[in-house]
Parts: sequence; structure tokens; C-alpha cells
Amino acid sequence: MLRTLWYSSRLRGWTAQIALLGGLACLLWWIGGNTIDNLAERGIRTGFGFLTRPARFPISETVVAYTPSDSFLWAYVVGVANTIWLSVITIGLATAGGLALALARLSAHPMLSRLAAAYVTVFRNIPLIVQLLFCYGVATSVFPAPRLALNPLPGVFLSLRGVYAPALTLGQGAGWVFALSALLAAAFALTARRWPANVPTAWRVTGASGLWVLASIVVWWLAGRPIGLESPVLTGLNFRGGSYLSPEFTAIIIGLSLYTAAFAGEIIRGGIEAVGKGQWEGGRALGLTERQIMFKVILPQALRIIVPPMTSQYLSTVKNTTLAVAVGYPELGLIVNTVINQTGQALESIMIMLGVFLTISLSVSLLMNWFNARIALVER
Amino acid sequence: MTRSKSITSAAFPLRLVARLWGDRMSAVLTLVSIAILVALVPVFEWAILDAHWAVAAPADCRGGGACWAFIAAKLRLILFGLYPPEAQWRAILVIALILALVLLTLSPRLWGGRLMLVWSAGIAVMLVLMGGGIFGLSPVPTSKWGGLPVTLLLAVLSLGLAFPFAVILALGRRGSLPVVRGLSIFLIEIVRGLPLVGLLFVAAILLPLFLPADWTIDKLGRTLAALTVFAAAYLAEVIRGGLQGLPPGQVEAAQALGIPYWKAVWHIVLPQAIQKVIPPLTNTAIVMVKNTSLVLIVGVFDMLSAARSAATDPAWPAPSIEAYLFVAGIYFIICFGIARYSRHLETGIKSRSQS
Repeated sequence: MLRTLWYSSRLRGWTAQIALLGGLACLLWWIGGNTIDNLAERGIRTGFGFLTRPARFPISETVVAYTPSDSFLWAYVVGVANTIWLSVITIGLATAGGLALALARLSAHPMLSRLAAAYVTVFRNIPLIVQLLFCYGVATSVFPAPRLALNPLPGVFLSLRGVYAPALTLGQGAGWVFALSALLAAAFALTARRWPANVPTAWRVTGASGLWVLASIVVWWLAGRPIGLESPVLTGLNFRGGSYLSPEFTAIIIGLSLYTAAFAGEIIRGGIEAVGKGQWEGGRALGLTERQIMFKVILPQALRIIVPPMTSQYLSTVKNTTLAVAVGYPELGLIVNTVINQTGQALESIMIMLGVFLTISLSVSLLMNWFNARIALVER
Repeated sequence: MTRSKSITSAAFPLRLVARLWGDRMSAVLTLVSIAILVALVPVFEWAILDAHWAVAAPADCRGGGACWAFIAAKLRLILFGLYPPEAQWRAILVIALILALVLLTLSPRLWGGRLMLVWSAGIAVMLVLMGGGIFGLSPVPTSKWGGLPVTLLLAVLSLGLAFPFAVILALGRRGSLPVVRGLSIFLIEIVRGLPLVGLLFVAAILLPLFLPADWTIDKLGRTLAALTVFAAAYLAEVIRGGLQGLPPGQVEAAQALGIPYWKAVWHIVLPQAIQKVIPPLTNTAIVMVKNTSLVLIVGVFDMLSAARSAATDPAWPAPSIEAYLFVAGIYFIICFGIARYSRHLETGIKSRSQS
């Protein structure tokens, strides 16, 4: 009887698992006890009560309004908003750059494909934080003082204190202009479809968009030119007007985008290359044009391969924004660090940070699984 | 079609001209490439032509090109941090030892239990060399460790310590025990969902809170713990990929022969699973080498932190770019080396499986 019990693999499995759970519970109990003792010894009160107190520290740049009299909770919201802002811009720039890199590497042009390959090799094999610190070093030591700022494009100035660029100014009635322009776009798109059938598609597209641009300009003029560009102007020692990007923000955006573009480019290239050569040949045999093959045959199949690794690349980009701590851009990690230094509420602050990132990661994973199931190959 | 045929049969220079300028599109692309190269000329001038290679005084570096003399002057600080100069031979020996062990590991024929023993012994020797305190070596506290040895030790130790955990997590996730599987999935997904900076904060700030007050683990040990946990989660997913690729017949055959579970895992499952995932494993190794640089954020004095503090010396005119370029070069050599080696292994496996 005992012998059969000893050799029953199910019983042994369950005993081992119960023992594992018991051990884990003991470990957690022990850690919890230690934490309570340590906190009591240091005189730190636990709990999230501090979140409603005023933060009393400045945050250098924010995308949502913030003053030091706002609460700690709002400071965290500002941090999350900055993290998301960084992520969105980086992902956009890196995807565009990655697409360009992938096309360059896939092109038959010997110079361009080698240049792209060299870029990818260099940027993938150097730690991101080194690249960020390097970009920050360039932004703060190579660029001249505002008085002598570099002026690569009209209205764009690169200086030691950051990048100044023209800003969009929206006056009275700008919203109406945008709304009317959108309506016009829809109208022209619909009429272009009704043009005689012998007009080629390329003509339809250029014709309709040209008419739309002209009409929009007329609307803008009639409304009293409410939308304009305001260039920064050097007054005294610094620029006034226009939009301003701090050296920290510029360094992180450029560094992160250059780094991520190298990875995104490899993912896109891999996806396009993974679609078999036979697909191209089959398309040609059916008499499709090269463009039709690319858009109707290759890309839909490549996308299925590209999307999963691209999503995890986007996720790691969101996680990589935490490296902005090293440069001093106030994203969530830096705010958490500041709050810990100010209040000593390390446990709560780090839990908030981990909670935010876990929420982002897990929700993107779930979305990803849903999307994957939708586009998965339906095999018959 | 006929045109491309005539191109391929032409002489090489003609062929090249045709590919660069043959039609409108390639001519445009050639112009773009040339524009990129021309844009790089000022960088080349700065880095080579106008550079100061040796200067009498730091102030001579002002103006114009790169100040490589700064790197020469600060080489000791960047490579060895605050390690006592009289004991520097020990740090050099540690680097040499790591290089020797890596070279030994390059040949797949030597892989096996014996190599693992050699590595463990080597790491023990390295830690003794760095720390001292016995065999008449003067003790050096870990707060004085720095530079390249710390970077290399963190990379090697985190990967080495993470590997057994990763194997257990991967087996647990693939296994039939529900509690173990749930725990493995939970741990792997939590760690992979977090940025490494978050884990480093936990290790640097929270870990002392979690442990009894009289346990003191120094900062280097705590960051190593964070790196190990991080590496274990990512390695586990790589190994799981290898386990999934293994035909189920292998395990079933072992069961039919009455081979106990752990023996089957050790002799049948793992060797085959790991062989399948060597390219992604080396990829993880590259990622971890790059990730060791993040310890700068919690104040561990690795090579990057050493370079950053070297660049703050006010005697030199703003040399931070040169310092980071130098560090980037070292990282590049390491990571590019691993990547090339991985490709070499891959072609080896491919040609063997084809023959």
C-alpha cells in the first residue's frame, strides 16, 4: 500500500507542489516581517496617504499642466504622461526610420544596402544608454550658445540650450478651417471615384488631392489666415517664440529613435524576406505588376510575420524610456526617484512604477494575442 | 530581362557602373548614398584629421577636433575605475582570465560538464583576485571595484547564475504540474513586463528592506541579483523555445526505457533543446552585455560610469563625447564579436545538418 503510494507520480507531484507553495508562503512571511521591522526601525510610515500631499518639487518639462503645489499623485500622472509621450514619438520615428532602413537593405543598390547594413550593425551593438549619454553630450557640448546657434533649416535653431523650431499658431476659427478642410477631403475623394472610368488611378489621386489643397488654401485665406507658423526670434541672449525642445528631450528622442530604428528595420526586413520568392514569381506569372505583387501579395503575408516581433519591440521601447533617468528627462522613473528622495516612501513609489509598466505590458500582450488570433493564417 | 542579362555578362567595372547609374531610380539612390557619405566627412575630419592625439597640457585640446589625448590620460580611470593602482595587475589578470575562458569556450567540441567546472573555478579565482584578503593579497572592497572588470564580471556572472534558474523555469512552464507551471509563468511574465531600471531600483532600494537589518549585501551584489533575475526570465523563454522544438518522441522513448525524469532531462532533453537555440542564446548574451551598462543608474562604478566621471574633470575641455565614443567602441567590439561568433556557429550547424 505505502509502496504504491510512494511510486504514484501524481501523489508525488502534488506533495512536491504543496511543499513548494508552503516554502514560498514562509519566504513571503519572512520578507514581510523583515520589511515591517526595517520600516519601523527607520520610522517610515507605510501607506498611500502621502499621495494627496503637495509634492513641492518642480518638474522641468511636462505634457500635462503641473505646479509644485500639486499632489504627489498628480506628479506620478505627469511622469506617466511624459513616458507615454516619449514612447509615442519614438515609436513613430523609429518605425518610419526602420522602414527606410529595411527598404535600403533590401534594395539591389550596392552602396545604399551596405550603408544601411553598417548602420544596423553599429547601432545594435552599442548599449542604448551609451548612445543616449553620447547624444546628450553632443547636445550640451557641441552645439553653440544661442547667439551663435546653428541654423540648418529656416526657422530651426540648434543651440546649447536646446532646439528651437517654428510653432503652429492657431487663431480664431482655426478649428472651423480644419473641419471644413476635412469635409472637402471627403467630398473630393467621393467625386474622384465618379470620374470617367478611362482616367488612370494615379491621375485621380493627384487631381483630387491637388484640388483639395487648393480649396483648403482658399478656405484658410477667406477665414482670415487663422493658422500660421511662428518662428523663434533671437532676443538678447535667448530665443523667444516658436516651439522649444530641451536638450534632454532632444537627446532622448534622437538616441532612442536611432537605436530602435535599427531593430525595427531588421524586423521589417526579416518579415519581407521571409515571404518566399515563389510568391513573387507566382505573381509575375499571373501577370500582376510589381506594385500589385508588393501590396496585395507580399506585404499582407509579411505583416503577419512582422507584427508579433514589432509589438515586443514597441514594448521594449516603452520600457527603454526609463533610461531617460540617466540624462535627466522627467519620465516616470526619474519622478519615482525624486519622490523616494523627498519622502522615503520607497516601497509605495516603486510599487506604483512597477504597476504602471506591468499594466502597459500586459494590456499590450493581451491586445497582441487578440490581433494575432485575428490575422492568423486560416488553414483549410 | 535581356538588359539584365547583358549587364551580368559584362566586365565587373561596367557592371558596377550599370548598377549605380543604370536607370533613374538607381542614379537617385547613388546620389543619396553619396550625400550620406559627404555628410560624414566633417565627422571624419573631427575624429581623425583635426584630432589631438597627444598634448602637453589639457588646455591644448581646445578648439577643432577630437581630444583623444584625453582618453590616453584617463585610460586607467575608465578601464579600472578606483581600483588601487598598486593592485592593478590583479584587475588586468581578471580581464585576461575572462578572455582566456571565453576563447576556450569558442570551440563547441569542448562544451560539457568539464568546461563548466573550469568556468566555476575561473570565476572563483577572479573574485579572489579582485577582492583579495587571502593569499597575502591586500583586500579591496567592492566599492573600489570599477571599470571593465566590473562590466565583464557582471555580464558573465549574471548569465552564468541565471542559466540554471532559467532551465528550471522553462521546464516548469512546459511541465505538467499546474502549481509549478503557474508560478513559472507568473515569474517569467512579471520580470519580462518590467523595465530593467525598475528591477535595479527594487534591488538597490527595496532589497535591503526585505532582508534582516543585520544582513548587509553590498550594492554590487544587489545589482548582480537584479541582472540575474532579469537574465533568467529572458533565458527561460529562449530555452522554452528549444524545448518546444523538441520532438515529443524523445521524451516518450526515454520514459519507455524507464529512464528517470531528471536523467532524461539532463542527458536527452537539454542537450538537444539548447543546441537548437544557440543563436537566440548568444543574442541574449549580447543583450546582457549591453544591459550591464544600466547599473550606472543605481550608482555602480562600471566602465560607463567610470567614463562619465572621467569626463567631468574640469581640467579638460568638455571631453564627454570622446569618452563615450571610446566606451562605445569597447562595447561594440565585445557585442560584434559575439554576433559574428553566433553566425559562425549557425553556419556550422547548417552545413553539418545538410551534409
